[in-house]
Amino acid sequence: MADALVLPAPPAAPASASPVSEPAWMRCTLIAVVLAMLVIFLFAPLVAVFTEALREGWRAAAATLASPDAVSAIRLTLITAAIAVPLNAVFGIASAWAIAKFDFRGKAFLITLIDLPFSVSPVVAGLCFVLLFGSQGLVGSWLIAHGVSIVFAMPGIILATMFVTFPFVARELVPVMIEQGRAEEEAALTLGASGWRIFRTVTLPNIRWALLYGVLLCNARAMGEFGAVAVVSGKIRGETTTMPLMIEMLYNEYLTVAAFTMAALLAALGLVTLTLKSFMEWRYADLLAASHRR
Amino acid sequence: MLTFSPRAIVADARPAPVGIEIEEIAKSFGATTALQPVSLSIPSGALVALLGPSGSGKTTLLRILGGLEYPTSGRVRFDGVDATGLSVQERRAGFVFQHYALFRHMTVFENIAYGLRARPRRTRPPEAEIARRVAKLLQLIQLPEIGSRYPAQLSGGQRQRVALARALAIEPRMLLLDEPFGALDARVRRELRGGLREIHDQTGLTTIFVTHDQEEAMELADLVVVMSMGRIEQIGTPADIRARPATPFVRDFVMT
Repeated sequence: MADALVLPAPPAAPASASPVSEPAWMRCTLIAVVLAMLVIFLFAPLVAVFTEALREGWRAAAATLASPDAVSAIRLTLITAAIAVPLNAVFGIASAWAIAKFDFRGKAFLITLIDLPFSVSPVVAGLCFVLLFGSQGLVGSWLIAHGVSIVFAMPGIILATMFVTFPFVARELVPVMIEQGRAEEEAALTLGASGWRIFRTVTLPNIRWALLYGVLLCNARAMGEFGAVAVVSGKIRGETTTMPLMIEMLYNEYLTVAAFTMAALLAALGLVTLTLKSFMEWRYADLLAASHRR
Repeated sequence: MLTFSPRAIVADARPAPVGIEIEEIAKSFGATTALQPVSLSIPSGALVALLGPSGSGKTTLLRILGGLEYPTSGRVRFDGVDATGLSVQERRAGFVFQHYALFRHMTVFENIAYGLRARPRRTRPPEAEIARRVAKLLQLIQLPEIGSRYPAQLSGGQRQRVALARALAIEPRMLLLDEPFGALDARVRRELRGGLREIHDQTGLTTIFVTHDQEEAMELADLVVVMSMGRIEQIGTPADIRARPATPFVRDFVMT
């Protein structure tokens, strides 16, 4: 009788740890492919930039960055980002709010419009600004007559940067705000809170992470924008040259070390942004988890 | 269970509960009509159920009372005074939302204190007074220990009671609840039904809740308003409606 109950020997342990996951060789291949891509497209260029910048030593690199033209370019880039990013954060919040919380005619069109800077080449955008605000332009001739120059000056650079980086904040916020809906704001309203108070105490805390990501992305792009800024700036050395423009100019003049030093600094600014984001995520991990759980 | 004077919870100086007059209120969203002109008189201090299937206009009517929607036509009066044009904040209606809409980034304490902190400076109670009132409300909902937790850490039933406490904290003139038991399982539902009745009786507030569950409406309410397709089919006490359904719709809806 007992013999009849003997089950066949269990099959050999399957290749993968769980029946729903891929076999080991597949996972290894995928990981290897991803790693190879990372090395080729991210790490190798970064390492190359920094080694090239430091080929003639720290002293040469420092001398490049201390030159008046370089200082002016760095200052211009930072000022541009410092003005364009906060303004775009405000516009981004406003447009995301309008899209997520209101129903109105032409909403789909507005969403398309927000994406426009992504689909239009930055060079074209820059040219549009030149046409509009240049000395031959409709608005430009009037402004110049009143002593305001936009093109080939800082205002034009800021405008072009704002155009190119406009979608970042709005695109981060719209899905988050749609998902969260209006209920919490309505609740605050029934509790007697004013509009501004609701925004400050309910809306803003609920979108703060998406807003932070949007602002960081926006900032990275604002500092790195080349095409649109190249057209409107006029590339006046020491006056309207931003860091990306200066890198190109140095490179074209065969000043490789100087070009790469500047590039390394720009890359470092990007890395600082990323580090900041990771640090915030780590620092506020608990809060983040609490606000995402339902 | 309650060792303090329940009458003092909601308002320190307690006004008489509000009577609500609804006159020919209609609401349409674009081309769709959510509410035909409906009229209804709610006696002060009553516990009223707006009962009907989805799409019957019951939530729309509740939101109009709370000021979250403006009616397309018609008037609302509180104690005979026209309230149609009052803003949400001016109405001071305690509102409990279907999914409670607790502020997820605030503790239970901060959620309940929100309405008190939102007051203009001259009527805002001092911090100690806020703490005292929140503690009282937490006792009222029989969850005295949960002030420091976040909404995500609460069960569905606890969230509903916190939402109720938050609505009561503003010393509302009336209490409006949108499907207050809709998101809960059957056992918790029955438990909390008794809880709402108790809170209504203690506070004496005119209370209106929306439900699609006829058993819930019949068991809990003093007055049941049966609605269908934007119209009021019948208004009456539960016994009334059971004994003499006014329309075939009411008979079918109440029998099932």
